[in-house]
Amino acid sequence: MDLKLKIWRQPSAHADGKFVDYQVTKISKDASFLEMLDILNEELVNKGEDPVAFDHDCREGICGMCSLFINGRPHGPDNAVTTCQLHMRKFKDGETVTIEPWRAKPFPVLKDLMVDRSAFDEIIQAGGFVSIATGGVPDANSIPIRKQNADLAMDAAACIGCGACVAACKNASAMLFVSAKVSQLALLPQGKVEAKERVQKMVAKMDELGFGNCTNTYACEAECPKEISVTNIARMNREFLVAKLS
Amino acid sequence: MTKLDSKIPAGPLAEKWTNYKAHQNLVNPANKRKVDIIVIGTGLAGGAAAASLSEMGFNVNVFCIQDSPRRAHSIAAQGGINAAKNYPNDGDSIYRLFYDTIKGGDYRAREANVYRLAEVSNNIIDQCVAQGVPFAREYGGLLDNRSFGGALVSRTFYARGQTGQQLLLGAYSALSKQIGKGAVKMYTRREMLDVVKIDGRARGVIVRNLVTGKLERHAAHAVLLATGGYGNLFFLSTNAMTSNGSAAWRAYKRGAFFANPSFVQIHPTCIPVHGDYQSKLTLMSESLRNDGRIWVPKKKEDAVKIQKGQMKPTDIPEEERDYYLERRYPAFGNLVPRDVASRAAKERCDAGFGVGSTGLAVYLDFKSSIERLGKKVIEARYGNLFQMYEKIVDANPYETPMMIYPAIHYTMGGTWVDYELQSTIPGLFVGGEANFSDHGANRLGASALMQGLSDGYFVLPYTMQNYLADQITVPHFKTDSSEFDAAEKDVQERINKLLAVKGGHTVDSFHRRLGLIMWDNVGMARNQAGLEKAITEIKALRKEFWQDVKVPGTNDGLNVELEKALRVADFLELGELMAYDALNRKESSGGHFREEYQTPEGEAMRNDNEFMYAAAWEYKGDDQKPELHKEPLIYENIEVKQRNYKTA
Repeated sequence: MDLKLKIWRQPSAHADGKFVDYQVTKISKDASFLEMLDILNEELVNKGEDPVAFDHDCREGICGMCSLFINGRPHGPDNAVTTCQLHMRKFKDGETVTIEPWRAKPFPVLKDLMVDRSAFDEIIQAGGFVSIATGGVPDANSIPIRKQNADLAMDAAACIGCGACVAACKNASAMLFVSAKVSQLALLPQGKVEAKERVQKMVAKMDELGFGNCTNTYACEAECPKEISVTNIARMNREFLVAKLS
Repeated sequence: MTKLDSKIPAGPLAEKWTNYKAHQNLVNPANKRKVDIIVIGTGLAGGAAAASLSEMGFNVNVFCIQDSPRRAHSIAAQGGINAAKNYPNDGDSIYRLFYDTIKGGDYRAREANVYRLAEVSNNIIDQCVAQGVPFAREYGGLLDNRSFGGALVSRTFYARGQTGQQLLLGAYSALSKQIGKGAVKMYTRREMLDVVKIDGRARGVIVRNLVTGKLERHAAHAVLLATGGYGNLFFLSTNAMTSNGSAAWRAYKRGAFFANPSFVQIHPTCIPVHGDYQSKLTLMSESLRNDGRIWVPKKKEDAVKIQKGQMKPTDIPEEERDYYLERRYPAFGNLVPRDVASRAAKERCDAGFGVGSTGLAVYLDFKSSIERLGKKVIEARYGNLFQMYEKIVDANPYETPMMIYPAIHYTMGGTWVDYELQSTIPGLFVGGEANFSDHGANRLGASALMQGLSDGYFVLPYTMQNYLADQITVPHFKTDSSEFDAAEKDVQERINKLLAVKGGHTVDSFHRRLGLIMWDNVGMARNQAGLEKAITEIKALRKEFWQDVKVPGTNDGLNVELEKALRVADFLELGELMAYDALNRKESSGGHFREEYQTPEGEAMRNDNEFMYAAAWEYKGDDQKPELHKEPLIYENIEVKQRNYKTA
C-alpha cells in the first residue's frame, strides 16, 4: 500500500516544530506501523536526510516506550494496542496519516516524536512502592490474598506507563496512571500499611508536575492500550478521601 | 589456564553459600556511604542490585539506555519464574531445581553457582510478594504454579502472561523508593561505551548522553554491568531494539574474559518471519506448551498444499497429524527443553513438513485443551498472548492453530565471572544475562527471571560488599585523571571515525547481512565448513562496514544512526568470536549443535572427556586470535549422563 505521511519534525526541545510531508510506497499490510517508519527512515538516511526520531524498544507492546499520536489518537486507530503492535492492515491504501508526539505540558518534546516522560517516574518515586528493603520478609504464602483482589490488582498493575492517558486527556490529567498504581497497592494487604501516605504523596507530586484535573470524560480509558479501567480513578478518589478524613 | 580462579568456596555444596556469607568481609554502615558503585542497566539484575546496594547504604549511580528504568527488556518475559517452594507438594526441592538446571544446561554450568541459584529462589518469591507483585493465586488465596519445559514438577510462579513486567516493576519500585530518597542517582538515556581502569581495577565508565550526544565520565569504587545479552547480533531476535552487546564487548577489550559466546538459545515458540522489512521477532511464551500441542502434517503432500494456501490446518484430520514432540519424547512431550523443541521443529521443516507460506513454521494447537477445559479457562491463562498473536498475525488462535518457529532469544554465554560474579577485571561485576554463569549450554524456561533477581537481590549485594571492604579508605575518584582522558579519547575517535566514513550503505543493511551470516552458519545447526565460512565472511563484512557505512548527522545531539553504528561495529567483532568458539567446541551440547556430533537418533552428542569446560576467551588485540582459557567443570554432586527426555 502507498501512504502520505504528515510527520511532526522538531530538531530539539527548544526549537520550533512543523509538519513535514512524506510518501511511502509498497508497504506490506502485514508490516507494523513502526516498521513502516523504519522503511521511511532507511530512505531518508539513504538520501542523506535526518531520520525521524521516535521512541520504541521492545516492539511487543509491553515496555511502554513507544508513543505517537496517529490521526488524532494515541497509539493510532486500533483499540487495546500500543503503536508497536499496530499493523498497517488497519489503514487504507492511499490514506494520509498524521503523526504527532504526545502533546502535554508535563511531557516536553525532545526531538520530533520523542517526549520526556520522566514526570511519571517522579510520581512513582514519590510513593508508588511498598517501603520494604531486600531480605527479612515473610514466606510468600503467609500472606493469603483473595483471588478476586489479586486479579483486580493485576488488572491495575498491567499499566505500562506509556502516557497515552495523558495524551488523550484534554486536561493532560495523569489520574489513570496514578490511580493504577494506587489501586494495585491498595488492593493488596502488603500495600495497605502505607496506603494513606502513598495516595497523598503521589497526588501531590502529580499536581506539582503540572498534570491537569480529571473531568470524567473517560478518554484515558478509551485510549489505554492495556485497557486500564477508570474504576481505578474512583478507587483512588476514595483512598484520597479516606486519607484526608483519617 | 592459571588465569581463571572460580573462587568456589570449600565445603559441601549445600553449605557453600551459607559459609561464604558467614565468613565474608563486611563494610560498616558509616563507611558504606564513602563508597561509590556504578550500575549499568536497570533490568531485573541491575535494578534489584542497585536498590539493594543502596538500601545497605552504598552510594549508587545507575544508568539506563531507555527513557526510564522501568523499560528494561526483562519486562518482556512472559511465562514465569521458577522457585523450589514445593507449594504444590509434587516433590520439588532445592536439589531438584539445581539438578534440572544443570541437566537442562547439558552439564556445562558451574555446580556451585547453580546450587546457590536454586537455594535463593525461594527468597525471591517472598521478596516479590512483599513488594506487592500480583502473582496468580488460587481461590484459597495462596500462590498458583504452572509447569514449564525441562521439569517434571510445577514450580513456576506467574502473573498472567506478564511475569517479567510485574517482577521488573517490583524492582523498579524498590529502585524508585531509593531514587526518591536521594540515595540513588539515576541517569536515563545513557549508553555505556567504555570501562575505565585505574591500576588494573574497574574504576569508572564513559557513557554517551543519547539526547545531547555528550560523552560523560563517571567514577566509582566498583562497576556492575547488568546489560543483558547479545542476541540482537542476529538482527532478528526477540530482544528489544536497543538491547546490545557493547558494554560486555568493551569490557572484553579491556581485559574481561568472554565465556561460551556460542551458547545461544533459540526459542521454539516465536511468531514466524513474514517479510524482509521485519524489525524483530515476537515470542509466544513457553507456558503455551502446557496446553498447546505442537504438530505438522504427517503427509508431505498436505504440507505442500498448506504452503500453497490450498488447505487449512483445520482440514487435516486427527490421524493425519504428526505430534512429533509427543512421538519422539513420550515422557516430556511438548514440554521438552527449548533447544530440543527448536531442533525438532527445524528437523520437520527441513524435511519438508513445515507449514505457512514459507514452509518454515509448525502448528501450536489449543483445540484439545479448549475441548477439555473450555475456552474460558484457556482465555484466563493465555488471553493476552492470544490477543497479541491475533494483532500481529491477523488470525484467531481459538479457532485455528498458531504458527510458530524458533528464533534467537537468549544468550547463555557472556562475560566470564567467578563465584562472586566478578569478571577477570577486579572491581568489574557482571549480573543477569550479561554473565555466563548459571545456564550452561541451554537455559530452562522461567529461569532467566530467577537468575536476574537472584544475582540482583541476593548475590551481588553480598559479593560486591566483600570486594569493597578494603576500599573504604580509597577516596572518591576524580574523573580528570589520565586514564579517563585516554578512555574518552578512544570513544571520541571511534565516533569520529564512524561519522567520517560517509559511505553508501545504512547501518541496518550491514546488520541484516551480519544476521544472515550468523543465522545460516552459527544458528540452530553448525558445522566446521559453515563456521569457517562465517569467520571469513564476517571479517570481510567488517572491513566493508568501516569503508562504506553511512552514518548521517553529527555527534552534537540525538543521532540514532550513530548509536546503531557503534553497536553494530561491536557486533561485527563479537560475531567472529562466537564462530571461533563454536568451531573450537567439537561436540554438541545444549543450544550448540554441531552436525558432525550427533547420536543416530539426531540428538546432541556431548564429548565430556574433551569439552567439559567453560571456554573463556581473552582479547589479544585487533586482528589477533583470542586466547582460550579453560575452566574445568567438576561435577561432584550430580551424575553426568546423556540428557534423556524420552523417559522419566
